[in-house]
Amino acid sequence: MLVQEFLSRTAARLGAKTALICGQQRLTFGELDAMANRLANALAAHGVRRGDRVAIHLPNGVEAVVGIFAALKAGAAFVLVNSSTKEDKLKYILNNCRATALLLPGRCEYLEELWRDVPSLLCGVVCGPGLGREDPRLPSFAAIQEEGDAAEPPCANIDLDLACLVYTSGSTGEPKGVICDHSNVDFASGSILAYLGTREDDVVLSVLPLSFDYGLYQLLMAFKIGATLVLERTFTYPALILQRIQEERVTVFPGVPTIFAMLLQLDRSAFDLSSLRFITNTAAALPPSHIVELQAGFPGVTLFSMYGLTETKRTLYLPPDQLALRPGSVGIPIPGTETWLVDEEGNRLPPGSTGELVVRGRHVMRGYWEAPEATARRYRPGPLPGERVCYSGDLFRTDEEGYFYFVSRKDDIIKSRGEKVAPKEVENVLQMLPGVMAAVVGVPDPTLGEAIKAFVVARGRAYSEAEVIAHCRAHLEDFMVPRYVEFRDELPMTSSGKISKLALK
Amino acid sequence: MTVDTAVPSKIRDFIARNFLFSDQGFGYPDNASFLEEGIIDSLGIIELVSFVEKEFAISVADQELLPANFDSVQALTTYIAGKQAKAS
Repeated sequence: MLVQEFLSRTAARLGAKTALICGQQRLTFGELDAMANRLANALAAHGVRRGDRVAIHLPNGVEAVVGIFAALKAGAAFVLVNSSTKEDKLKYILNNCRATALLLPGRCEYLEELWRDVPSLLCGVVCGPGLGREDPRLPSFAAIQEEGDAAEPPCANIDLDLACLVYTSGSTGEPKGVICDHSNVDFASGSILAYLGTREDDVVLSVLPLSFDYGLYQLLMAFKIGATLVLERTFTYPALILQRIQEERVTVFPGVPTIFAMLLQLDRSAFDLSSLRFITNTAAALPPSHIVELQAGFPGVTLFSMYGLTETKRTLYLPPDQLALRPGSVGIPIPGTETWLVDEEGNRLPPGSTGELVVRGRHVMRGYWEAPEATARRYRPGPLPGERVCYSGDLFRTDEEGYFYFVSRKDDIIKSRGEKVAPKEVENVLQMLPGVMAAVVGVPDPTLGEAIKAFVVARGRAYSEAEVIAHCRAHLEDFMVPRYVEFRDELPMTSSGKISKLALK
Repeated sequence: MTVDTAVPSKIRDFIARNFLFSDQGFGYPDNASFLEEGIIDSLGIIELVSFVEKEFAISVADQELLPANFDSVQALTTYIAGKQAKAS
């Protein structure tokens, strides 16, 4: 199945059913399908062709959802960029994937610069109030919806075509786009829906950004099965989320450990949360104490503990009946896939061992966009000719029954608030400050999982902590900004002359 | 209900120092949404709540953690005044 059919087929079947609730807006599958058609026709009229990349730099909302399906209906692929991504990184991603269209907020302050520095761009669809410019290259989302043609555009795609690029942090500090074709996304969505047992009458509430694949799949899976999605922009106001769960009779709540840690601290007694059927956790492991507290705090609600990496979407899940037996495990391969552990030489290891997790299945994505070396390291030949399996870069152990337990990462990527942060990317930004040398590590934090800590050596001039953080905020997404800054006279070195991160932890 | 003018100024000052890391003050109108402007994120809100509780001697119930109470200098000022009036 093509990914745009998650919407169009459900619209044909359940056209009048509420598909999406964003703030005060409630839209049916039929309405959203027509909106996506209008935008797809407009994108095509602006020159977007089959195989092109359409970038979406918007917070969670109706425009982003319509943009995803419109890009696909125009035969193109979508690329979601976190709404808090700053100008330089946005330009890097747009140029890396040579986006021909961009959905952007009307308040974007650097539109001229984008236009100048991203030569591939043919059009920018302006969403929400702002700009008000008379430029034929900048149609407004609202005008397209008022005047556009809602006829379904002709479809030329097959399921081996590119559906999306999901950008992820790499240890080099440059984001890499994971290539997902339609069949990968369709398979992964179907497998996850199968083990979760999601139903058409479910109401899913997601606070996760659509630019995060965990957030994206909440939308894709809900639409594929015909469930309703309540899409929120953030978990910043937890009481608002609890209120929404009560009002909309939400049955499914996906989260990450930071969200659950905050939820557990709240007095929830004023809210009726009895509609909840299951909650899911991934991105980082839940501490066993939180598993116990969640089960006590949400009686009768099933908890799914899961693990994945963008390169294969979801990889492992713990069947809920195993939670009491092995609370530290993230389980077994998702349905229709297999995983195993290998040693440093690539030999397959028996149950009870520790080694790198290798993943096989149709959810193994196609590689990194125009990065053959990184692709060759991560995606290696599989058992059948032409097949590739994914070397996760994560160390796991298995118990005697074959359940998997996360041990550690092989690289130095930090997981903070469930998001991947490459220390190199933060260090690069810090070292833009004249005279600064920096090393960034993750330190344990009860709410964040890991908090980002920067060690800074400044030569020639002194900086205040506030100056350093303000600089980071201007160049990095929120979740990448260091929580702590420590000034040092020098950084510890290893015998080979590299900065010793171990000595800083 | 009278609004103490010191309240908004203290809030602006706290946000400028702790979230904007700015020496130039708050720099937004008092009705600017903290969320829309990207001023505060989900961890910032916890810091803001502890500041408000300590500075203005009020207690914030979890169910009051709503944008209507917290998402702008103006909203927060009104909320604090309401809490103080109730307490006195």
